Formats: sequence, C-alpha cells, structure tokens
Amino acid sequence: MSSDLTTVPKGVAGPSNFLDERIGGANFLKRNLRKVFPDHWSFLLGEIALYAFILLLLTGTFLTLWFKPGMGEIAYNGSYAPLRGVMMSEAYASSLEISFDVRGGLLVRQMHHWAALLFVSGMMVHMLRVFFTGAYRKPRELNWLIGVLLLTLALVEGLTGYSLPDDLLSGAGLRITEGVAISLPLVGTYITFFLFGGEYPGEDIISRFYSLHILLIPGLILALVSAHLVLMWVQKHTQMPGKGRTNKNVVGAPFYPAFMAKAGAYTLFTFAVVAGLATFTQINPIWLFGPYTPADISAGSQPDWYMGFLEGSLRLMPSWEINLFGTSHAGTLPLSVIIPALVPLGLVMTGLALYPFLERWITGDHREHHIAERPRNNPHRTSIGMAAITFYGVLWLLGANDELSANFQISLNWTTYIGRVLVFVGPALAYIITYRVCLGLQRSDAAVVSHGVESGVIKRLPHGEFIEIHTPPADDIEAHVRGKEAVQMLPVEADGAGIPPKGMRGPLGKLRARMSRAYGGEKIALDEGHGHEDEHAAIGSGEDRSLTH
Amino acid sequence: MTDIEHEIEQPDERAPKRVIGTPAPGTSMLGDGEPAARDAEVAGVTYQDETKARKAEKIVALCFTITFLAAIAFIISYVVFQVGSPEKTATSTLALGGSLTLALLGLAVGIVVWVRQIMPKYSLIQERHPMVSDEDTREVVAETFLQGAKESGFVKRPLLRRTLLLAAAPLGLIPLVLLRDLDNSKMPGAKFNETLRHTVWGEKTKEGKPLRLVVEGTGQPIRAADFNSPGGILSVVPEGYEHDLNALAKATLILIKFRADEIKSGTNLNWTHDGIVAYSKICTHVGCPAALYEQTTHHILCPCHQSTFDAADGAKVIFGPAARPLPQLPITVDDQGYLIAKGDFAVPPGPSYWERGDAEAEARSKGGHA
Repeated sequence: MSSDLTTVPKGVAGPSNFLDERIGGANFLKRNLRKVFPDHWSFLLGEIALYAFILLLLTGTFLTLWFKPGMGEIAYNGSYAPLRGVMMSEAYASSLEISFDVRGGLLVRQMHHWAALLFVSGMMVHMLRVFFTGAYRKPRELNWLIGVLLLTLALVEGLTGYSLPDDLLSGAGLRITEGVAISLPLVGTYITFFLFGGEYPGEDIISRFYSLHILLIPGLILALVSAHLVLMWVQKHTQMPGKGRTNKNVVGAPFYPAFMAKAGAYTLFTFAVVAGLATFTQINPIWLFGPYTPADISAGSQPDWYMGFLEGSLRLMPSWEINLFGTSHAGTLPLSVIIPALVPLGLVMTGLALYPFLERWITGDHREHHIAERPRNNPHRTSIGMAAITFYGVLWLLGANDELSANFQISLNWTTYIGRVLVFVGPALAYIITYRVCLGLQRSDAAVVSHGVESGVIKRLPHGEFIEIHTPPADDIEAHVRGKEAVQMLPVEADGAGIPPKGMRGPLGKLRARMSRAYGGEKIALDEGHGHEDEHAAIGSGEDRSLTH
Repeated sequence: MTDIEHEIEQPDERAPKRVIGTPAPGTSMLGDGEPAARDAEVAGVTYQDETKARKAEKIVALCFTITFLAAIAFIISYVVFQVGSPEKTATSTLALGGSLTLALLGLAVGIVVWVRQIMPKYSLIQERHPMVSDEDTREVVAETFLQGAKESGFVKRPLLRRTLLLAAAPLGLIPLVLLRDLDNSKMPGAKFNETLRHTVWGEKTKEGKPLRLVVEGTGQPIRAADFNSPGGILSVVPEGYEHDLNALAKATLILIKFRADEIKSGTNLNWTHDGIVAYSKICTHVGCPAALYEQTTHHILCPCHQSTFDAADGAKVIFGPAARPLPQLPITVDDQGYLIAKGDFAVPPGPSYWERGDAEAEARSKGGHA
C-alpha cells in the first residue's frame, strides 16, 4: 500500500505554475477548490439535463459525419432490402445509411434520440423542483429566466431534430408545423413561404432546420447553459432547511474531491442509462415508416413526448374559424389552430417567466432566499404548480387520445369531449386538493414538533388502556421541519381610521392586497398550542387523532 | 411483533429516539474503529474507517476492471460484428451497446463507491454573503459612470448622439432585409395567396387535355367502369405529378365510389361521375392526409387530430378541429372512359390562412358550388 502525497507532484505543479504565472489561476482555485455543494437528491435533476446535453453534442457530432441534409430525390441502394430502389430524399437515405451501414450508427442514433427525450425530461423535472421549492426567488430570478429560455429552445431544438430524417413520421410533424405557421394572422403565409423556401414542402426545409439544429440553437443553448452554471456557481446553490443550515451559510461537500467525483459518476450514469436504453429499446425505427410524401400518413402518428401537449391541444379544440371580412382575401382566423398552438404554450411559458416577479409583487418579499422552501409551506404556490401540471398533463394525455381510445375501448369522440371538460375542471380540482393536502401536511409537521413521532411502541397503562408512545423527533428532522417560514405578506391591514395602506387603494391595489392576504401569512403555525402539548411531548398518549386534527 | 422487539429497546420510562430513516440503535455511522483519530482533524470532515475503506477499495477495483474489460469487448465487437442487414445490425447494436453500457456503468458505480466509502463524510460550512455590493462600491461605480459619460461627450453633444441612433437603425435592418430571398420562388408577397388558391388539377397535359386521375403509388389511370364496387376507395394523384411533392401537398385526392342513393345534398352531383366522388385528401385543419375511411358510415378521418368528415354529404365536418369540409374536385371521364379532372377545386384545399377569406361563400356567390 502506497502512502499519501506530501508535496504536489511535478506533473501537476509544472503546468499549474505555468498557468498561474500567466492567468493567476491560483487565486481562483484558492477560493473555489473547496467550494461547498449542498446535498439533496432533488438537486441532481438538473444535472441529468446537463449531462444529457453533453451526450447530445457528442452523439450529434457523430451523426453529422454521415447525415446529408438534402431533399434531392435519389433511388435508395443501401443495404436495407425492403426499400431498395425506392425514391427518397438524401436526408432519409443517409439516415438509413447511418442505421444500417455504419457500425454503431444505429446505436448512436438511438442514443441521440433517447438523450434528447431525457434532456427535456431532466429540464422539466428540474424546473418543477426549483418552482416547488421556491428556489427561483431573489437572487435567482435571472437564472430562472435563463432556464425558461433554455426549455423553450430545447423544444425548438427537438422539433428541428426529429424533422430531419425525412421519413413519413417526421414529415407529418413538418406538415403540422406548416399548418400551424400558415394559420397565423397577417404574417402566416409569409412565414411559411420564407421558412419552406416557397410552397410546402419545397426543397429547403431540411437543410434549414439542419443548420438551426446543429449550429444556431445548440450554440445558444450552450451559451445559456454556461451562464446558468456560472450564476449557480456565483450565487451558490440553495440548500434544504436542516440542522446547522441557515440563510447565511452553505453546508455540504467540497467541490474537490467529493463533488467533482460525484458529478463525474453521475455523468457516467446518465450516459450509461442512455446507452442502455439505446441498446435494448428501439426508438424511432425510421426504416419502417418509409420516405415522406404529403399524400400519406400512418395512423397513430405521435410527436416526441415533449410536443405531446401541443398535439393534444390541437386535438381538443372545437372547429372554430372566423372570416373577419367575409369573402375578401384577408381576415381568415383559423381559431381551431391558432388558439391551441399558441395559448397553452404561451400560458405556460409566460406564466413560468413571470412567476417570480408576480410572487414578489404579491408578497412584497424582497429578501434574499437561500433555503429551499418545502412545497407544503407555500400552499398556494404548490397548488398553482399542481394546477399547471394537471393542465399540461390533460393536454399531453389527449395528444394520444387515439391510443387511449384503442387501448381502453373508449369512443374516440368521448375522449375528446371528456378532455374538453377536464382541461378546465382538472386544474381547478388539482388546486383545491393540493391546497388541502399542503395544509394537512403542515398540520402533521406541527404535530411532529409538538407531539413527537410515533415510536411504534405500544404501552399498556395500569388501568388497561393501550397507548402508542410518541418520542421527540430526531434533531435533524426537527430542524428540517422548523426551517419553515411564513410566506411574507404585504402590510395590507387598514389603519385605525379604516384607510388601507398606500398602494392598496385603487382597484389594482385592492386586488393586490386581497391576493397578498390569501397567498401570504402563516396557515398552520408549527407551535399551534393545544393546551395539552406538554403531556404529549415526552410520553405521548395513544390518540391517533392528535396527529390529524 | 417479535421481530420489532430486537430492533427497539424496551422502553422503561423514556421512549427510544429512533425515527424512520435513522440508523437502528447500536449501529454507529462511524463504524467500530476509533473514529477519525487519524490525520489532521478538520471540522466537518469525518474519515471513513480504514478496514471498511480497504474493503471498498477492492469493490472499486472490481468495477474499474469491469469497465476495462467491457471497453475491450466494445472494440472487439466493432471488429467482429458487421452491419448491413436488420439482423446483423441488431446483433452489432446489442454487442456494442451492451459493452458500452457496462463500461460506463462500471466506472460510474466504482466512482460512487469510492466517494461514499473511501472519501470522508463531509459537512463543511461556508459563509454566504449577500449578493449586493456594499454602498461604497456602488457609489464609486456610479461616479465612474458619470465621469465616463461626461468624458465621452455623449450627453452633451446631441448631434453626435442623434446621428449615432440614426446610423444604427438601418444597420440593424440589414440582417432582416437579407432574409427576403429565403423564399426561393422570388415571387412578390402578394402572389403567395394566388399560389395557394390553385392546384395542378387546373392545368392541362402537353397535349392540352385535362389531367387524368391516377392511383397513388402505381400511377395507373382509373377507368370509371372498373372502379365499380360501392364503398371502394382510392388514394389518387394527378397524372404527371406522381413524384412532385409540392403538387401532391395540395392535389392529392381521396376517391370514393357510392351507390347513387347514398349521396346526400352536400355533395355536388355535377362534379361526380356515376357515384364516384373525389375530395381533397389534405385535411382543412393543418394539412395531414385525411387517410382513414370507414365504409359503413362514410366517414373520412384524419389520423393527426381526428377531424371527421361525412363523405356522403359533401365531406362536411362532423367532428374534430377542422372547420371546413374537404373541397370536392369536379371530375368526369375522357373519351376512353378514364377519370379526369373537369377543372381545379372551386376553393383552396388544405389548411386555412389569413388571405383565404370565405372562399366557399365566394364560390357560391359566383353561382358555383363550394
């Protein structure tokens, strides 16, 4: 067994010295080598997206070595026998070549596709974590906005990517893209003719999407991801409430060596999962779909999962169309396309972008927050989040209503009718239920703090009654629970003369005051006295009710 | 009952302090050796027990060896397994992907064991400082800004300022102007609408004859007398444009044969031939081919968003997001009995767009049928 180092080895010292003499790297390292990173499973979600993105760059570069982004018609003469001799675009032919004539080509193509799905999934769950824990609050609003932008770019990147192979399925997606683009008021036809280089489908869209997909959008994503990480580094990560953790410190593991190694391992795990999926589960078998023609389609055509909610909203919409100026050649508003294509996406993205600022306007909370809030402790935010998830979820499910109908033997039309109701009722229900659940959880927290935890030990009292002994919670659990902080509220109360405070007087001010009163404030105080709390704390009685009242 | 007993000490007067998620009594997180008595003591750094770490080292070494072997297996598989057919590709993908997955997993697991069992447990504390800079700094920056603004003369000299803005405006437009030729047809924007209103069905062959309807895929012209079983359906494209995707995107048809008594008033009988009706196959919603047909109900269904049209009744919308019927193409037969187009659609086929207007009403007002 070798012994530990006592001096920095030459191989490290030499280059380090070289760099330090030129860029003064040691100052930076002195501050940052032992930078502390707090630990919580949910902090790893965003990393999934990051590592998936790295894998996308690697696999994507590999694919560009063979892919030909052309729409010129050629006769296929590769090694996939069923399509030999068929006329198809160069893009499709080269996608087949990657799949069947390049060793590892199919594997890397499938890895690229799986990594893309994981990339968007990772971003979304990461974003949900940040939302539900209030980690977007000051000072992290800018990073939140960068995140919203990244998500939008990722959706466009996905759309441009899965349109490239030019098979029948990807062509169907392009056709829908065109149908949506041309429906836009005033500019629709112009946008379509410019995008497609003329009438749909033209001969340009693949090469144009290709340059967007491999250069412009990934470039933007890379720049924004870097900014995202730099901001995270500078502002330091938020931490969960717990023992010894305050708003003024960070508790956790140092970057070097622990966090570095963990991040490396996590990168490899992400790569391994994607490689495993690509090996054992087929994705997008383009050779089965055949080349694109606008005259054909296969039943059950579905986009990648992250576009499913747009597909669902298109399917859900009733057939509304308005001709503003009758028969004159202007003024057609195909609402059954414009509304579902723009409104849900607009609502979700705008809502996400504005939320930190709206929340601050309502709560008047201008403090810095570095402790992640437990979702239950801000019940209105959590309910809004759950309502949004339900809205998105209903649309997403309805994007596969043909599959639902086929697999569950429900009438296709009924899936749509039910969906039309659910898309409004679902979020409202989710809001109410979540709100109640949050309050319930707050009550159970209060019970843990004031009554203790069920020990699982049943005790028989001298007079024959059985009770379960409650014990005080462990220190770290109690600290975690006690990390709760009431949501801040504006000073909304009217003064003695009944005059509301400044800024709460006009209609908007009144609305703000009402929302602040509802949104903010302590709903269930942790130490809500029950009078009998002392008996419970040490010994506890067996009353189960004490935990639920 | 009994298996709980040995986990929780029987309480005498105080209950045990065990909470779910915390170690059972008697097990120490620090192992059983003397904890962290070695090395220089650093607050928040708890070293692992050496015997445990030695055991972990062996596991890590095993994982890294697996990666080594799997990576070599990958290289060997690359050489051994060729591609070229679906079966061969499947084998190659399985071998390459399997070994790659194993190699990555081995390394990942190894590093995790390394971090968790060999590196110390950390609970380091670092101070946070408010993001905002202190007052003095902000003041200095503000002064510097004013100083610079003054030195530059930007505020004091309006001529300079205004002409700079003037210069910037058209310069910013240049990238946009350059995009004008994105439309390769180079037609004036006003012509887009005209283009969208017409399909190749309005054109004639080189001999000046109307276009024949040919079967998609085979290109066979259709003799009306041969297309005679009611309920029959064909996907049809214009003669001479079988492979022109731009033409097909607007002109593809769905051809249906009805019994005479099945056709309802929505269908223009003058545009049919012997119970054969031709509708645009391009959905009026967002343009997917409305390719599914249910013979018993005469419903045409678009698989993309489930717009449903009644083929017997002028393809009017009976369900889904499409707002307009599928346009009907006027057809007849030529002197050899083959189906031909009598002319173009009366209204633009495919998805709606701003300049479309109420083309159906427009057609009716001209005395036609939509």
